Amino acid sequence: MTTVVDVQDVTFSYGNTVALEDISLSIEAGDFLGLIGPNGSGKTTLLHLIIGLHTPDSGSIHLFGERATEFEAGERIGYVAQRSTDRGGSMPVTIREAVLMGRFTHVGHGRLGSEDHKIVDEAIERVGIADLADRPISAVSGGQRQRAFIARALASEADLLALDEPTVGVDADSREEFYGLLDELNQQGITIILIEHDVDVLTTHVNKVACINRQLFHHGDTVSFIESDALSEAYGKQSGVLHHHHP
Amino acid sequence: MSGETDSSGGSDTSDTPDTADTTEPTTAVAPPTPLRRRIQEVGLLVVGLLGLFMIGFIVLDWLRTLPGSVGGLAAGGFGQFLLVGAWMDFYLGTNVFRHPFMWRAIATGVLVGIVGPLVGTYLVHRQMALIGETLAHTAFAGVAIGIVVIGALGVSGSGGQLVFVALIVSIIAALGLQWLVEHTDSYGDVPIAIVLTGSFAVGTLLISWGRSFVSVPIDIEDFLFGDLAIVTADGARLVAVLSVVVVGLVAYNYKQFLFITFDEKAARVARLRVRWYNALLVVLTAIVVVGAMQILGVILVAGLLVIPVAAASQVAQGFRETLYLSVLFGQASIIAGIGVSIWQGLPSGGSVIVVAIGIYLSATVVSDRSPVLSQS
Repeated sequence: MTTVVDVQDVTFSYGNTVALEDISLSIEAGDFLGLIGPNGSGKTTLLHLIIGLHTPDSGSIHLFGERATEFEAGERIGYVAQRSTDRGGSMPVTIREAVLMGRFTHVGHGRLGSEDHKIVDEAIERVGIADLADRPISAVSGGQRQRAFIARALASEADLLALDEPTVGVDADSREEFYGLLDELNQQGITIILIEHDVDVLTTHVNKVACINRQLFHHGDTVSFIESDALSEAYGKQSGVLHHHHP
Repeated sequence: MSGETDSSGGSDTSDTPDTADTTEPTTAVAPPTPLRRRIQEVGLLVVGLLGLFMIGFIVLDWLRTLPGSVGGLAAGGFGQFLLVGAWMDFYLGTNVFRHPFMWRAIATGVLVGIVGPLVGTYLVHRQMALIGETLAHTAFAGVAIGIVVIGALGVSGSGGQLVFVALIVSIIAALGLQWLVEHTDSYGDVPIAIVLTGSFAVGTLLISWGRSFVSVPIDIEDFLFGDLAIVTADGARLVAVLSVVVVGLVAYNYKQFLFITFDEKAARVARLRVRWYNALLVVLTAIVVVGAMQILGVILVAGLLVIPVAAASQVAQGFRETLYLSVLFGQASIIAGIGVSIWQGLPSGGSVIVVAIGIYLSATVVSDRSPVLSQS
């Protein structure tokens, strides 16, 4: 097994506010890691550090063996944020155009060839929105839209998906389908990091869990996470709110 | 969640938009038909040829000043242009098209009508619409600096030289503004308001102060509201060169600009040099604004960057289509606006903007979709 992400003793602060303290964890190829923690626990910050958007104050982060901030092969990372970060709601962009962006890093300033268009068509087909390809992205549902962003990552031929609460505002049925799709992609060998509030989703879909609240409370497989007290420790007194029963 | 069950086939087609979704589609939009695309491409081709024709005129206007056979040939070609103009005057009953200065103004208008909406499409969707307005005001400060410097040096200042100084000042201001925006978080309107009013203040102070010791060769009002008559031969030449540069750079960086406009964070993750492209975009904006300022005036110039794009965004289904329609609407506004301006003897800037707003309102009426731009 090769290590995709290696986080060593990372500390990060916004000004005087410490967001993350002494975090160490590693993500192996083929992992489906759920990142959980209360609001403001530093989940998104950790994800941004891992994909090289921030530089840690101390410690080191390696992505595919390279320092994350110096990692240049951006096409290997598929990033899907909460829907608020893109302008899909206000900007007329079709699903096909959004997915095509996955090929942009491959071609640089060159022209997109028929091979690129073929890859894009296959990616759109793969996530099950082929019939919506020429619709404006503002005119499809939240679930379909997040599928489009997964398709963009597939078109980019990413082998690491970084997902920051991708199903906020998506209805339960579409959400279940969306996680089903992630399971399939993971089985095909794509490594996934998923920030998720819902413990239910974590226990049914992911195979590793990292539970943080400024510090790392647990990092290991899902079974050991459920058996541990990490969740209640991380959430302090507000624990239990999110816990669903699972046989 | 409502009790509806999803068809178990795994197909997404039956998905209804989420209840939590705020941007529900109001109508089912059909995919663009080949015919629709074809019409746009023909329109663009016409605009492109018109642009080349106008560049041809400006080049001839420049070459005819050269000595020797090149100058002679160019003068012959230039004469043909004016002959066409004379015929146009004859049929239209006007006294306009036989004059070189009019052709220069029209050529400048056509060219800024292409590059304005081109750059504007990215600005509007990056929610940077007012940056054009701000850079126009810095260009005004540039004109003022030009007047004082040229006056103080005692050289005979032409409108073209003033435009050149305005260009330099505007580009420096664009980079400064970008720096300010990066260091004050997001495209807040506070740095924009500061630079906008600040440069206008500096401009008015400089002109008032400069009047006491240099003769100001131009009417400041022309730069404020735009006037076809202030377009000089070297001003037009500058616009021609810059238009080629802007079109070339936008075509070369089309994908990168689109990616950072649509999803800046994902573009950063994909390792696009987002800061570089942002800086390039504001510099291109400065260039376009200075060119367009001659026709539209400092106060109205942002309209050319914003209104055609707003109109296109009402009816377009994808980004490429938005870009195409923005240029077509921008060009239509310019030609009709200059037409009205000539016909009624009105300022060109106001005419162009009023026509553009007419197109925008028509597009809003025609499109039955919810106001796309007002959604965040």
